[in-house]
Formats: sequence, C-alpha cells, structure tokens
Amino acid sequence: MMAATGSTNRFSYAPAPESRSIVDIKASYGLFVDGEFVDGHGTSFKTINPATEETLAEVAEASDADVDLAVRAARRAFRGWSRMPGRERAKYLFRIARIIQERARELAVLESIDNGKPIKESRDVDVPVVAAHFFYYAGWADKLQYAGLGPDPRPLGVAGQVIPWNFPLLMLAWKVAPALACGNTVVLKPAETTPLTALLFAEICQQADLPPGVVNIVTGAGSTGQAVVAHPDVDKVAFTGSTEVGKAIARAVAGTTKSVTLELGGKAANIVFDDAPIDQAIEGIVSGIFFNQGHVCCAGSRLLVQESVADEVLARLKRRMGTLRVGDPLDKNTDIGAINSREQLDRIRELAGVGEAEGAERWAPACELPSSGFWFPPTVFTGVTQAHRIAREEVFGPVLSVLTFRTPAEAVEKANNTPYGLSAGVWTEKGSRILHMASHLRAGVVWANTFNKFDPTSPFGGYKESGYGREGGRQGLAAYLKGADL
Amino acid sequence: MARIDVRKTYKLYIGGAFPRSESGHSYEVTDARGAFVANAALASRKDVRDAVVAARKAFGSWSARTAYNRGQIVYRIAEVMEDRRPQFEDAVRQSEGGSAAAARAQVDAAVDRLVWYAGWADKLAQVIGNANPVAGPFFNHTAPEPTGVVGVLAPQSSSLLGLVSVVAPVIVTGNTTVVVSSYARPLPAVTFSEVLATSDVPGGVVNILTGDAATLGPWLAAHMDVNAIDLCGVAGADGSGELAASLEVAAADNLKRVRRAPDAEPDWSAEPGLSAMTAFVEHKTVWHPIGI
Repeated sequence: MMAATGSTNRFSYAPAPESRSIVDIKASYGLFVDGEFVDGHGTSFKTINPATEETLAEVAEASDADVDLAVRAARRAFRGWSRMPGRERAKYLFRIARIIQERARELAVLESIDNGKPIKESRDVDVPVVAAHFFYYAGWADKLQYAGLGPDPRPLGVAGQVIPWNFPLLMLAWKVAPALACGNTVVLKPAETTPLTALLFAEICQQADLPPGVVNIVTGAGSTGQAVVAHPDVDKVAFTGSTEVGKAIARAVAGTTKSVTLELGGKAANIVFDDAPIDQAIEGIVSGIFFNQGHVCCAGSRLLVQESVADEVLARLKRRMGTLRVGDPLDKNTDIGAINSREQLDRIRELAGVGEAEGAERWAPACELPSSGFWFPPTVFTGVTQAHRIAREEVFGPVLSVLTFRTPAEAVEKANNTPYGLSAGVWTEKGSRILHMASHLRAGVVWANTFNKFDPTSPFGGYKESGYGREGGRQGLAAYLKGADL
Repeated sequence: MARIDVRKTYKLYIGGAFPRSESGHSYEVTDARGAFVANAALASRKDVRDAVVAARKAFGSWSARTAYNRGQIVYRIAEVMEDRRPQFEDAVRQSEGGSAAAARAQVDAAVDRLVWYAGWADKLAQVIGNANPVAGPFFNHTAPEPTGVVGVLAPQSSSLLGLVSVVAPVIVTGNTTVVVSSYARPLPAVTFSEVLATSDVPGGVVNILTGDAATLGPWLAAHMDVNAIDLCGVAGADGSGELAASLEVAAADNLKRVRRAPDAEPDWSAEPGLSAMTAFVEHKTVWHPIGI
C-alpha cells in the first residue's frame, strides 16, 4: 500500500484510488507536426511514473531538423490562421475548451501518472483551470480591437514556447490559448519528464479539427528547447522555468527582433501578522508550500511570522503538517504526491542538507514513505536567517523556511531581500495594513489572506529576476500582439 | 576690442548636485560647424556607479509619491523650461545647426511633451490596469508600478526633444533614472539638468551623465542594481547592431527590462504612444477573499 499516514492522524483512511483504466498510454510517441504524429529524426527518451519508477512510454527527442520542420509547418499555417476571422478562430478554441472538459478525467489521471501530483489537484485545479483558460482566450479572439492594445492588433507570427514539468498541461494552456487567440501559431516543447498530457492535447487538437500546423509539439530535453528558442523563423519566445535558463534565453535573443516573455523562479515571502486569522493562515501556509509538492514557482517558501505569534503559529503548523497524507498520487485522499524526478529529489535533499549544515533546525512529521518512487516529506526549517541558502535559493520542493519579524517595515525589508519577485502573501485582519504591504512588496502577485489562487482573467508574472511579461488576463494578450503597449 | 568669452566646463548632474567627473576628464564640445563651444565632463564607470546609487536612494520616496504629485512635478519642469526657452533654442541650434525656427519648434515640442507626459501620471493606471473578474469570491485587480532604476541611453541626434521623450515617460510613472546624454550634442542635456535642479524634482530622480554611450552603456547594462535600460542612444551606432546586442546580453545578467535600440532614431515629433511608459512598469495583481 502506498498511502502513508502522518503520525498525529487519529483516523485511518481506506485507499481510494482513481482508476487509471480511463487512460490509454501508448508504448511510444512521436512528434506532433503539421497536424500529424510523425517519427522524430533524433533519439528517444523514456518518461516514467515518478510514484513507481515504471516506464510509461518512449518519447521521440526532436532534433534540430525536427524543430525546423515544426517551425516551417507553423509558418505555413500562420498565413491562414492569422487571416481567419477572429470569430472563427474563437470557435476552434471553444471546441478545444469543451473537449478538455469532456476528457477532464482522462487528462487529470494522465497528469497525475506522468507528473506525480495528487489526483485531487490535477482533477480540481489543473484541468479545470486549463479549460477555463481556453474558454477565456477563445472569447478574446474576435474582440482584440477592444483590448486597449492599439487600434489594429496583429499577431507576432510563430511562437516558440518552452514549458516546465510542474504544471505540464496548465502551462501549455497559459502559452497556447492566448497565442492562438491572437492569431499566432505555435511550436511548443513540453518538459522532458512530463510530455504525455501535451501529446494528449495534440490529439485534442486533431479532434477539434484545428488546421494542421497551428499547434506543433516537439518533445525533448534542453537541446530541443534551445533549438526552438534559437530558430531564426521564430518571432516570439515564451518560457516558463528556471531563472538560469531564462537568462540564457535573454542572451540568446539579444540582437534579434524576437519578443520574449519569461516566467521564472521565485522565493515568495508569506507574511503572517499577529492579528491574522491564524487557522486560515495555517491553511494558507500549507497550501502555499505543500501544494503540488512545492513544485511551484510562486510557492510561499519563506514564512515570515511576527515574533509575538511565532510559537503559536509554528505549533499549529506542525500539528497540521502531521495530518498531511503523502503517497499514491492517484489516491483521492493524498495531499502530497511524488517528487517529479530523481534529479529534483536529489536537489531537494541537497538543499535540505545544506539547511541543516548551516544551522537551521529541521522538522518533518513522522511519515512512512513508499519504498519505490521519489518522495520527500513535508519539511519545515526554523531558526533560518536571511543568509541561509534555504532562505535564498528556490528549493522547488515541500520545504518551508521560517523567519520572524517584529515590525511591518522589517517584514517588507526581509520579503524584498531576494533577487526574485514573483509572488507574496500577507495575512492580517487589518485592511489598511494589507494595502500597505501589497504596495510595498516587490512582487507580481500578492495574495492577501489567501494563497496560490489562479484564474485565467488574473495576470500572473514576476518582478526582477522572476522574469518579465504577464500571462493571463488582458495583459496576457499583449505578449502575443505586435507593438502592444502594455 | 572684442570682449573675451568666459569659457565654461560643464559638469555632471548626480543626486541633485553638479560634480565633476570622478575621472577628471572632460571633452570639447563643438557646434554644428565644428567650432569650440565648451568643455563637457566625460563621465566614467565610477560616475555611472555613483549615479546608480543616487537613483536607487531616490526611488523609494519618488515611487511612493502620489501620481498627482508626480504629475505636478513633471508639469513644473515644463514651466521652468518654458521660462528658459531662449537659452534652450540657442543650445539646440548650436548643437544641431539648422534654422532658428527649427530650434524654436523643437523647444516648443519638448515643453509640450513634458506637459503631455505630466498628465499621464494619474491616468496610466486607469488605462492599462484593470479589475479582473475571477471565478470565485475574490477581489482581484492589476495595476502598474514603476520598475525601479532605469538606465537611459539618450538619442544621439535629437538633443532636446529626443532627450525629453525618453526621460519624461520613465520618471512620470515613478522610476528614477541614470541618463547618458548625446555625446556630440550634450549641452541641451546640461541645460535640462539645470532646469531639473531648479524645479521640484527631488535630487537623484534624474541623473544626467555627459559622455559616450558606447563606453558607459556596458557598465549601465551590466549593473546589478539597475532594473531596466533604454538602448535608444546606440541606435545605428556601429551599423551592425553589435553594440546594442552586446548590451542586451549584459542586461540579461539580472534580467533587466530592455527597450531595444531602433534601427535608426525615430521621428520624435510623432505622437509617442504609451510604449515609452509601459516598457518600464510592472503589473502587480492583488487578490483578497470576499466574505463577511
């Protein structure tokens, strides 16, 4: 049995696995180019289930030549797609949105199998927000002239899009939906460890009769992504991933006319004042750092708690962490699933080790972990200082660093003391303090008395080294239109 | 006997003061016909760093001012410039040549541009921000905020209208700036810094360095406490765009927002649009639950 229970759990749960029979995983997958699945000219790689380490499928690794074919297909398709009346493009996007809803269970199960995230998250968050994203941008396709982004909004051309493994289908939706609505065509590279839902999305494009070449999907690793970014006939690069790779992309496009949006790393402060609604704050801290195993760029990975309530908050937080269920991603009771890859698990272990070595105090609830697969228990570090690496570097795992503060000014100072600036959280019952903090935090998204909320109408993106450009909302259109003033 | 001129050596404008270049260097500025006009300070790497420190120091209070107040201050710059129109006309004509009428037209346009941008201070957020109707019981809105310290390589050709057209949009939204003036035509920028010093612009909000964009640009582009850079001043500098590309590469070290160099200097008399402002703002989205 995979599901393990926390030590303070007084009730045991019977396993409640979601059936995986709804998903048909093929033994091997090719690339999706010009409306067809084709063999790649490069090698192939395996994608595995991180909860069991079983091989799920062999996936083609797109070579430079494959990427070139995909870009050519996208370029050919651009002419027709960009000239198609917006109301017709809209209908294709509405179709896609509907099919995603109809196949929601299949997509959620596949996402959880390939990524390791709990089914309750893929089912209740990822896939519904994906469908909502397509619905939202579908409605923009024939209203672009009203978006306030210039009188004659025109698409950029071929968009090269490279997405990460933490929200495979959701990041695809964030990239593809606005690009298509604005009349661009796309070449998308999903992450090496999570290609399967993107390939199922390719099938959905076929099912929707989307014209060939409008969406092309090239699977592969970093070199495939580099080929997409560097291709001379790509007009727009959209990337979500690490700050390191984001900087490399910014260098790679220097001196070109390519426009770029980058959604990169974060080290968000989640700030709890002494007048906060503590029970709600605890839930916000937990969802802030343990949602999606902490594989979230906007995770609330630095808890800043006001000194006067620090002991109480920590005691309640630990009690709550003891009830988190780590285990089988397909079990509907699971709170924390598998770490996405061995590589990522090694990175989390290394940084947690550094946290201890640097003198912070490590705590995790007693937690029985499955014997195969990649797992890391929900972990909190106390006694963390701003100099500690676990307070400065993105762990991208279920690891929370706790720091304290005395005054609002100190909280702002500490929160902003990072090269990142993606998100922040504030917990207090005082309205004027919320607005004060919201205006002083240098971050693109501020969640006040909530955390990790996403919506297609709500622009998302970073300050400073968390990247530039926004995804979502009216602002998200600007990333895919020529000369859009935003 | 004709009176002997008092020849001047102009200085930099950093943190509201007029220091000489730390390097001690200056260079000869000539008029459009090549005759000596004055010496200008030749800014160095150290001057760039001092100016960034001043701009960073000024950012907190400048960005925290009300939009109304920033609009008032930018309008005040226009008022002071209007008062000194003859001096600006002479400086522009001396720098760029051309007719007195052309110089007068450029000064008029520069003053009008400041007035235009002044009015944007309390309107831009209304035009590019919005309420977001999320699918849940949440208040959610998005509004622009200044990016921070913005490096500006001012245009080489349009010595006053071009300068004003790249500086005003940066500061009106709450950024502070380090500006490298036109190398060959720096004197209108020097006069502009005298206007800034005698209007209500707090010291450090605008810092103006006279010198070579090709020399100073790399330091500004690579500076880790600069958040964004406008590369206009290297437009067509080396014909190949290599300098602009190398500055973009340097800017990637801390992911500066880059306003790329155009192929050639634009027509500054055209309606500017919003892009000079929107290139240097960040969009912040704030969520809060709705409930009782």
